[in-house]
Amino acid sequence: MLFDWEFALEILPQLARAAVITIQATLVGFALAATLGLVLALLRRSRNPWISMLTGGFVEFIRSTPVLIQIFFAFYVFPQFGIVIPAFTAGVLALGIHYAAYCSEVYRAGLEGLPRGQWEAAIALNLSPWRTYRDVIIPQAIPPVVPALGNYLIGMFKETPLLSAIAVVELMQTAKIIGSETFRYLEPITMVGLFFLIMSLISSAGVRRVEWWLETRRG
Amino acid sequence: MEQEGRFDYRHLFICFLLSFTAGLVVASFADFRRFLPALLHGAGVTIQITVLAAVLAVLWALLAGLARLSPLAPLRWLATVYIEIFRGTSALVQLFWLFFVLPHFCVTLDPIPVAVLALSLNIGAYGAEVVRGAILAVPRGQYEAAIALNMTPFTRMRRIILPQAVAAMIPPWGNLFIELLKATALVSLITVSDLTFEAYQLNQATLQTVQIFTLVLVMYLAIALVITFFMRGLERRVARGTGRA
Repeated sequence: MLFDWEFALEILPQLARAAVITIQATLVGFALAATLGLVLALLRRSRNPWISMLTGGFVEFIRSTPVLIQIFFAFYVFPQFGIVIPAFTAGVLALGIHYAAYCSEVYRAGLEGLPRGQWEAAIALNLSPWRTYRDVIIPQAIPPVVPALGNYLIGMFKETPLLSAIAVVELMQTAKIIGSETFRYLEPITMVGLFFLIMSLISSAGVRRVEWWLETRRG
Repeated sequence: MEQEGRFDYRHLFICFLLSFTAGLVVASFADFRRFLPALLHGAGVTIQITVLAAVLAVLWALLAGLARLSPLAPLRWLATVYIEIFRGTSALVQLFWLFFVLPHFCVTLDPIPVAVLALSLNIGAYGAEVVRGAILAVPRGQYEAAIALNMTPFTRMRRIILPQAVAAMIPPWGNLFIELLKATALVSLITVSDLTFEAYQLNQATLQTVQIFTLVLVMYLAIALVITFFMRGLERRVARGTGRA
């Protein structure tokens, strides 16, 4: 059985529509991950040992357990408390929290990479902790870690097919639906694979470019 | 998946203790005895797939990593294509491709071999970059000394370069094995009755979502912890062997 180009063209529009859902899930999920990740990174640096210990434990727990189960958890747990949320929301929430744990480690590396003198200067200038973080620390700590965050964005993009497990009609689910209706799995699944391959090759080239730009800018 | 540093063992241990207690508290409310046999069976399948895929992944990674450094251009291209394809697409897509598409080519495998093959190829592609990086990180003087001693390229690789590279590979492989363990959850989607599959079934039957999934997450964490400690032990042994304590 060979690749049927006519059939491939026929299902292309349907897959393209599903690709939009995949990209939406990635962007919303990563916005959540990037924000929550920064919060986790800052909480982990808290002077209160309970807060930093619990945050550290939470981050390691999320990082060492499968995201698929976290997705199932988010999907099945809310209805038990009488909260009905769509599968898309539950899935994106779980993906976002999973990657927030990874992003918090990236931010942590950025924050720890700052010279001690920056903190001391902020104390000497009598800046409040809030202003120290907002105007001194964060603007310096974030740019160097942008490429690492970009890699996690790509990683998360490649994890979105997991949402098909809770019946979000994204790319993978659409391919499976097409396959079960027509008994032709070769074309849809191969095309989904190619889509991911092309997108991640392009975006990793983008990340390398950002890396290069940051290096030249720093001089 | 790209890795940022290594797992923090202290936090891992603390969170294991915390979640173990949480799991026990939760389990005491649940029909613990009714869940346990199915979950233990699932954990057995998960461990089996993890170990088999880990062995194969190391093999693929060594082959592809060495091929990428080969002086023969076609070997290098082949390895690059393998690495880019398996790192550029999702593990789930690869799993489904092998599961749904291979039968069309009259190759029918059982779900477990498909799972082991797909996961090992995926992790092996990441591992190939680890192997390549570790080999390139061996100081140049070591190559030059081996050439000066008139060693054949094969002996040079086997006796001088690889033993030193292996020591540098172990920490990243520890991370990859944990990624592998987490990725085995995907095999539940191609009808393998692993830990995730059993948890899903129990959840459908009893709807005790919080109890079941908390328990299962703690079980995964426990397996991850065993991998972490095992790799740490291995790291210490290899470090002693190559004289870098």
